[in-house]
This record gives sequence, structure tokens and C-alpha cells, in this order.
Amino acid sequence: MDIFLQQVLSGLATGGIYASLALALVMIYQATDVVNFAQGEMAMFTTYLAWTMINAGLPYWVAFAVTLVIGFVGGVVIERVIIRPVENAPILAIVIVTIGLLVILNSLAGFIWSYVQKPFPSPFPPQPIRFGGVVIGAHDVGAIAVTLVVLFFLYLFFRYTPLGLAMRAAAQNPMSSRLSGIRVSWMLALGWGLASVFGAVAGMMVAPIVFLDPNMMAGIQMYAFAAATVGGFTSPGGAVLGGFLVGIVENLVGTYVKFIGTELKLTVALAMIFVVLLVKPSGLFGRAAVRRV
Amino acid sequence: MANSAVRAPALATAPSLHVAGLSTVWWQTAAIIAALVVALVLPFTISGFRLFQFTQIFIYAIALMGLNILTGYNGQISLGHGAFFAIGAYTTAIMMDKWNIAYGFTIPVAGIVCLVAGYLFGRPALRLEGLYLALATFSLALGVPQILKYFEHWTGGSQGIVLLKPNAPAGLPLDSDQWLYLVALGVLIVMFALARNLLRGRIGRVIVAIRDNPLAAESMGVDSALYKSMAFGISAAYTGVAGALSAIAIAFVAPDSFNVLLSISFLTGIVIGGLATISGAIFGAVFIQFVPNWAQDISKAAPWAIFGLFLILFMYLMPRGIAGGLKVLWARLGRIRPGAPADG
Repeated sequence: MDIFLQQVLSGLATGGIYASLALALVMIYQATDVVNFAQGEMAMFTTYLAWTMINAGLPYWVAFAVTLVIGFVGGVVIERVIIRPVENAPILAIVIVTIGLLVILNSLAGFIWSYVQKPFPSPFPPQPIRFGGVVIGAHDVGAIAVTLVVLFFLYLFFRYTPLGLAMRAAAQNPMSSRLSGIRVSWMLALGWGLASVFGAVAGMMVAPIVFLDPNMMAGIQMYAFAAATVGGFTSPGGAVLGGFLVGIVENLVGTYVKFIGTELKLTVALAMIFVVLLVKPSGLFGRAAVRRV
Repeated sequence: MANSAVRAPALATAPSLHVAGLSTVWWQTAAIIAALVVALVLPFTISGFRLFQFTQIFIYAIALMGLNILTGYNGQISLGHGAFFAIGAYTTAIMMDKWNIAYGFTIPVAGIVCLVAGYLFGRPALRLEGLYLALATFSLALGVPQILKYFEHWTGGSQGIVLLKPNAPAGLPLDSDQWLYLVALGVLIVMFALARNLLRGRIGRVIVAIRDNPLAAESMGVDSALYKSMAFGISAAYTGVAGALSAIAIAFVAPDSFNVLLSISFLTGIVIGGLATISGAIFGAVFIQFVPNWAQDISKAAPWAIFGLFLILFMYLMPRGIAGGLKVLWARLGRIRPGAPADG
């Protein structure tokens, strides 16, 4: 039983990280109907910026905050400069542009910081925390807490601020929003900025666990896709729950199903995506797309 | 807005379009003959690695033709065709290595295995549209190397399988590079002719109708589920044949050469080459074969950054791909009145 609880708890920790990235994917999908294949690489890049600042002697939380700001500005700039020109192009053209962005960021990071793995500091104490018979790393608890705090602020922003309302409106009905004076195009850019912030949080929380290298987000982005699919691409709350769920399932399957172990971990994400898409394509909490014909 | 994720190039070249007094069909035929002549002369003018690169272009072009049937003509986005390429390659490799079967026989078998695999994958994928299908296939692409390594007994694990490079049949004065080039060219011509006939006929029209308006197609009595999964199967078969040829030409298969970048380059290839065009598969194949090399020449340190830049610029300048861009150019040329000096 202890092993079970242990695995569930560490599943929650990695799940929090998947949840952040899944949230980023869902935000962009909701606003623009585009899946941003470069989301993970954007997160990786901002994490490298944080690493550079911490190495230059900045205190962790200062670097953390500055990184979020850079992430936000970077996300907005990317939308304005790179995505905007293809806004009305066929969807596949936009997919190709985000893939182009993916290889550019990956290659640039390797060029600037090299492909050698780097340790990334955790802001939380190294001593593990005990709950009865279960031991959990302080970093894991911290990662969960940070995810929940970010989520809480996001909820407040979307629920109680005029800007949040405008963004939701722009995503839901661009035409009517434009008619009532909302600058829809800028709302999309803000969406990319916010998504990039969640990505940055996910990157900085996962880097102490997997170490920093330009390819660190590939597997995590996969799990974030799985999380977003499980929760539903149309539901931010669902994506977060999906993230935790996927984290737990990943850990439990890895522990209890012997032939899977760690070798086929990616395949587990693949299987999860498949099962959900086949059984309930809109995800557990998403609404099914209804089309007028 | 049509509700399919992939929009067809709206520009269809009118058959009556004349450039320099000659019809478009005439020019097309001339271009195809010229290309064939160049392709037949090529193996006797260049050799070694250069020739191998052209063999690779033919192989990619077959794979891209397959993906184009699915994504371009039928509107189903696949980011996982590297998986079928891998199945084709491993079918050939296992047959040659374990059972000593001549390479020529393995190519159709690889095609049939992939036809079945594609159909089986396409059947459940019917429920997914647009980006959801892109995601499902993307995860397939990511999972392939791991799965290949897992079945070590058959696939040789991460070591892969080393094959013998086939020689030209006795009596022909060709080295094995030249022979492989000609084999690939022959398969390419057969596959393209088949694809052209398929797409021009009734089945082709049905496939395109499903992309453009699935509801209207179904109300006309089209069995959309059958045709969509058949499109998946045929598409996978093409890619599988390409994979088989690739295994023979490289004489080696290993899991890590079928990574997600391969699938990404396939999709990139057809979008850059031109969706729903037959020539687009060739342009796309040239792009994915040569542009990464050029990128490497420009910047040794970050070649993929240059490649990514190319991708993005291409999408800005020609969102309908090279074939689409050429069509626009052609239409412009044709609008110049006969008698007026036509330049270019």
C-alpha cells in the first residue's frame, strides 16, 4: 500500500508539470484552433534563460520572475512576428510554421548552450518530506504547489478581470467580439504570451528532475499532449486534471506492469492518447464540437 | 470556409490556357519527357554519393506521394508516416536477413503489409479529424523507435540489421549504385503512374469529394468510412514501398533513423512541395533531401535553425507550396496575350 501511495504522490508531482504544459497547449488551441508543436521548445528555451540568470548570480525567485516576464513578452512577439503572417493560411501551413519554430529553438539552444546536460537548481530544500510511511521529495511538493498557485491566478484573471473576459470572448466568438470593440488579434497574442508563461513554469519545475538539455521537453510535450487529450482540448480545467491523471497512470503502469517498465514509457502516453481519442474524442471534460451544416 | 482541415488549391489551371502558343497539356508532357531524359542520363554522368542522393529523392518522392494521397487529396493529416516507412523497411530487412529472400520480392510484400497496417490504423482513426488525427499520428511517430527497440528478437534492437547491398544482375555493365538508382526510378515511375490513374478516376474524385464536403459526399451514396480507411491503407502502402527501397539502398536499418524528424520531414515535404498535386511529391522530395544539406553549408553550428527558417519563409511566400506557386506563375504567363513578347 505504501508503494502504491508513493507512486501516486510522485505521479501527482510530474503530473503538475504535465498540467502546466497541457494548459499552455489548450490556451493556444482555444484561442486560435492551432496546436503549437513548439510549445515544449519554447519552455526549454526560457528555462535556459533562467539557468543563465541564476548562474550569473541572481537569486532563484528573482530569476524565476524575470523568466516569466521574458516568457510572456517572447510569446507575444512570436505570435505577432511569426504566426500573424500565416493567420489566414491553411491550417497545415500554420502547423509547418510551428514545426519550423520547434527546430529553430532546439537548434539555437544547442548552439548557444551546447548539448551537454546541465543541472538546474531547485528552489526547495533537498530533505524529503514524510507523510506516515510515505516519503516525497520537497521539490515534488513544491512543483505541485507552484502549479496550483499559477492555476489559481489564472482562474482569477479569467473570471474577474475585464481583460480576461475579453480574451475568453475573443476565443469563443471572434466576430461578435470584434463588433463590440475587442481587439481580437491582440487577444490572441496575449494568449500566446500566457501560454508561454505556463510553459516556462513547467520547464523550470521539470529541469531539476530531468536535467537541462535542448531535447528535455520532447517526452514531456508528449505527455502534455496526452494530458490535454485526456482532459479535452476545449477545457483548461480538464487539461490540468488530465495532467495529474496522466502523471499518476504513468507512474503506476511503470511500477506494476512489469513488461513496460521504463522502456516503453512513451508508448504508454501513446496508448492513452489513442484510447481516449477512440472512446471519447473530445476528452473527459471537453465539449464535443457541434457543427452547423 | 470548408470544414475540412486541408484546403485544396483553388487554382485549377484551365485546360485552354496557352503559353507561347502551346497548350498547358503540351508543356506538361514536354516537361515530363525532359525530366525522364535527364533522370536516365544522370547515373552515367555523376556517381557515388551524389547519385545515392538522387536515389534517396526518388524514395522520398514515393513516400510523399503516399502521404499526399492521404493528406493532400483526402484531407486526413498524418504526422506519423515515418511509422509506415519503418514497417516497410523492417519488413524488407527481416525477410532478407532472416529468410534470405531476394530483395525484389520483399518490395511488394512490404507494400501489402503496410496496406493492411494502414487500413487497420485508418479504421479507428475515422473518428478523428484535423488536429486530433495529427496528434494521434504524431504520438505514433514518437513511439516508433521505442517499439522497434522493444522487439529486439526480430529487429536486432538498437543495433539494427545490416544487409547486403544488391549488385546489378550479371551481364549489365552497372555498379550497384547505378543499379539501385534505376530500380528506384522504375518503382517511382510505376507508382506515380498508378497514383495518377487512381486519382484521375472515380476513386480519386470520391476521395477528393470526401475532403471537400464529407456530408454532401455521403448523401450522394459514398461509403465515406470505407474510402477514408482505404485512402489510409493505400497511402501507407506507398510509404511502405518507399521504406523497403530505402532499406535496400542504405543496406541498413536501425530504430533511431525512424525518429519523429522523419515523419515531420514527410509532412513538411508535401506541404512545401504542394498539397494535392502529383508534381508536389517530387518538389517536396528534392526539398527534404537537399535543403538540410544547404543549411549545413550555411551554418555548421545550427543547421536545423536555418532549416526551420527556410520552412517558415516558404510558408510566408508560398503557402500552397512549390506546385501551387508554379501554378500561379503559369496562370500569369498565360494571361499575356499571344503576340505580346512573353518573357521567361
